[in-house]
Amino acid sequence: MIGGYNFAYLDEQTKRMIRRALLKAVAIPGYQVPFGSREMPLPYGWGTGGIQVTASIIGTDDTLKVIDQGADDTTNAVSIRRFFARTTGVRTTERTTDATVIQTRHRIPETKLRDDQIIVFQVPIPEPLRWLEPRETETRRMHAYADYAVMHVRLYEDVARFGHIATAYDYPVIVNGRYLMRPSPIPKFDNPKLDFCPALMLFGAGREKRIYAVPPYTSVKSLDFEDHPFRIESWDSRCALCGSGDSFLDEVITDDHGGRMFVCSDTDYCSGRRGQAAAE
Amino acid sequence: MYVAVKGGEAAIDAAHQLLAAKRRGDAAVPELSLAQIEQQLALAVDRVMTEGSIYDRRLAALAIKQARGDLVEAIFLLRAYRTTLPRLAESLPLDTTNAVLQRRISATFKDLPGGQVLGGTFDYTHRLLDFGLAEAELGSESEPGTKSGPDPAPGIEAPASSRPADAAPPPRVLEILNAEDLIERETPDDTPPPDLTREPLTFPASRAVRLQNLARGDEGFLLSLGYSTQRGYGRNHPFAGEIRTGAVTVEIVPEELGFPVVIGEITVTECEMVNQFSGSATEAARFTRGYGLVFGEAERKAMAMALVDRALRAKELGEDVSAPAQDEEFVLYHSDSVEASGFVQHLKLPHYVDFQAELNVLRRIRQGMAPPATATADEESDA
Repeated sequence: MIGGYNFAYLDEQTKRMIRRALLKAVAIPGYQVPFGSREMPLPYGWGTGGIQVTASIIGTDDTLKVIDQGADDTTNAVSIRRFFARTTGVRTTERTTDATVIQTRHRIPETKLRDDQIIVFQVPIPEPLRWLEPRETETRRMHAYADYAVMHVRLYEDVARFGHIATAYDYPVIVNGRYLMRPSPIPKFDNPKLDFCPALMLFGAGREKRIYAVPPYTSVKSLDFEDHPFRIESWDSRCALCGSGDSFLDEVITDDHGGRMFVCSDTDYCSGRRGQAAAE
Repeated sequence: MYVAVKGGEAAIDAAHQLLAAKRRGDAAVPELSLAQIEQQLALAVDRVMTEGSIYDRRLAALAIKQARGDLVEAIFLLRAYRTTLPRLAESLPLDTTNAVLQRRISATFKDLPGGQVLGGTFDYTHRLLDFGLAEAELGSESEPGTKSGPDPAPGIEAPASSRPADAAPPPRVLEILNAEDLIERETPDDTPPPDLTREPLTFPASRAVRLQNLARGDEGFLLSLGYSTQRGYGRNHPFAGEIRTGAVTVEIVPEELGFPVVIGEITVTECEMVNQFSGSATEAARFTRGYGLVFGEAERKAMAMALVDRALRAKELGEDVSAPAQDEEFVLYHSDSVEASGFVQHLKLPHYVDFQAELNVLRRIRQGMAPPATATADEESDA
C-alpha cells in the first residue's frame, strides 16, 4: 500500500460527504444528487465518479473487480484496479462471482449479480435529457415536473424515420416509475439486467458532480411504445471462443480482407465457459 | 487466429518507463532544476499556480518539470495534489490597495496619484528574437554560476521598495470615479463565499462563485471569450481602469488569538475594468465594473477574467443575455481545463461496446433501405 495517503485515497470527511449523497440517491431512485466531486489523480472523464464512489464504500474485507467494456484487462480497468490495490491493499479479482464491489464502464457482467454485491458505474454524462436540452437549469425543472415528453418524441422520431427505435446504448429508462435515468452508456442489451437487480447499483459522474442509484429489486423500465416494444440486439453469430449465443459480442477485425469474428465482451464470462467446457 | 488482447499491465509499465525517459530527454543535456524553472520560467509557474489554485512556486515548478512543460497537465498534477490537503484556516480578504506594487497602470487617466509604473513588461518590447540569449546559453553551459545572457543594467530592480514606508499607497483608480459617484459602488458582502472545490456548481451562481470559477479557468478559454465580447458578442465597452501587480500579505485570525497574524506574502495581479452602462428607468447612468485577480504576473488572464466577469453580470444589470460570454452555464461549465482536457481525451479510451451497438443499429437500418442506402443513425456521440 502506498504511504502518505488515507485508505482509498480520499480523506474520511470527503468519503462521508459522498456516502451522504449515496444515501440520498438510494432514497430517491434515479434522482441525480449533486455532490462535491474532488479532483482525483486520474483524469476527469476516465472514471473519477466511479472511483470516488468505490473509494467511499470500499472496506478492508472487500474484493474488488474492475471492468471496462466488459473486460478486466483493458488498460483503463488495469489502471483503476491498480489504483485501489495501491491505496487500499484490498483483494482484487477478475471473477464476477468472487467480487463484493464491481466498478464498471459501459457494461454489466453477464453473470447474474447477487444481493451481497454492489456495482459501481462510471458515468460521463448523467443527464438523460442533455442532448435534448443543454441547460441544467431547464433539465432540473423537467425532472421536477416529470416532464419527459421530449424523450418520447425523440424515440418516436426514430420510429418515424427508421421504422424502429435506433438508440443503441445509453438507452433511457424510468426508475421506480418516477425518474428518467441514463444507465451510463451501457448497450441497451444490458438494460434488462437493471430491472429488479438484486445488487445495489451506484452511479458516479465525477466531472459533472452527480451521484445516482438504483436500490436492489427496483423497477427499471426501458422507454418504449405499445406497438414498438423495447427489444435488445442480437447477433447472427456466436462467440468464437466459448460458443455463447446469449452474451454481448465484440466484433474483431482479423485481416484486411473483410475477415472478422465475434467474441464475448465479458472476458470473465467467456473464460469461465471455456474452463467449464475443458473440465467436462 | 485472434488472440485476446492481454498484457495491459505490462504495456502500462513499459509506457511509464518510456515516458520517464522522454521527460528526461538527451542525458547529455544537463537536467533542469526546480530553481531554474521557478526563476526562468516564472510566468509558466504563475499560470500553473493560478489555474492549479495553490500558491506554491516550488510545487508548480515540480509539476511543470514532471509534465514535460505541458502546462495543462502540470495544472492537473497540482490540482490532484491540492485536493488531498487539509483546510487549516481561511485567510482574511487580501488587501490589494496596500500591495507593495511592482507595476501599476491605468488606461483611463494620463496621470494620477501614485503615477504610472510600467514594471518589467513585454508591452513595449519589439518582438524580435534575441539571438544573444542563445549564444549566452552556449557559453555558460559548462560553468554554472557564470553569467548567462546580457546582464540587466546595474541598479535595475523591481521598484517594489522605492516607496517610502510612511507614504500613502497609490489610491485605486476606480475609487477616484467612485468619489464622483460615476461608477457603481462595490458593497461589502460578509456572507462567507462558498468553496467551489468542496461544493458542486449550481445555478444561478453568485458572483463569488463565478469569480472562483474564472480564477481557476483556462487562460485560453477566457482569453477567447473576453475577445469575443470586444468583437460584439456581448459588447460592454471596457476600459482598463487599473492593472496592478504587487506583493500582498496573507493574514489569518487564529481562533485562540482573536486577532490577525501574517502568515506570508504572495504576488498577485489585479485588473479592474471600467465598463459602460447606459442606466435604466430607475438608475442614473454610471460605469460598471469587471474584476480579475490571478497569482503572480498572469496579467493577460487577469484582463480576460475581468472582461468575462463583466459579461456574466449581464442579467444582473438588465442587459440582454445573447452572447456566449454572457451565458453563465456555458461559461462556467466549460472553463475548467482539467475537466475539459480529461473529457476530450477520454475519447482515447476503448469504446468497443458502444461502437458495436451502433454498428448493429446502423447495419439494421441499412438493411431495411433500398440501395444505395445513405441514411445514418441519428447517433448520439458520447462516451
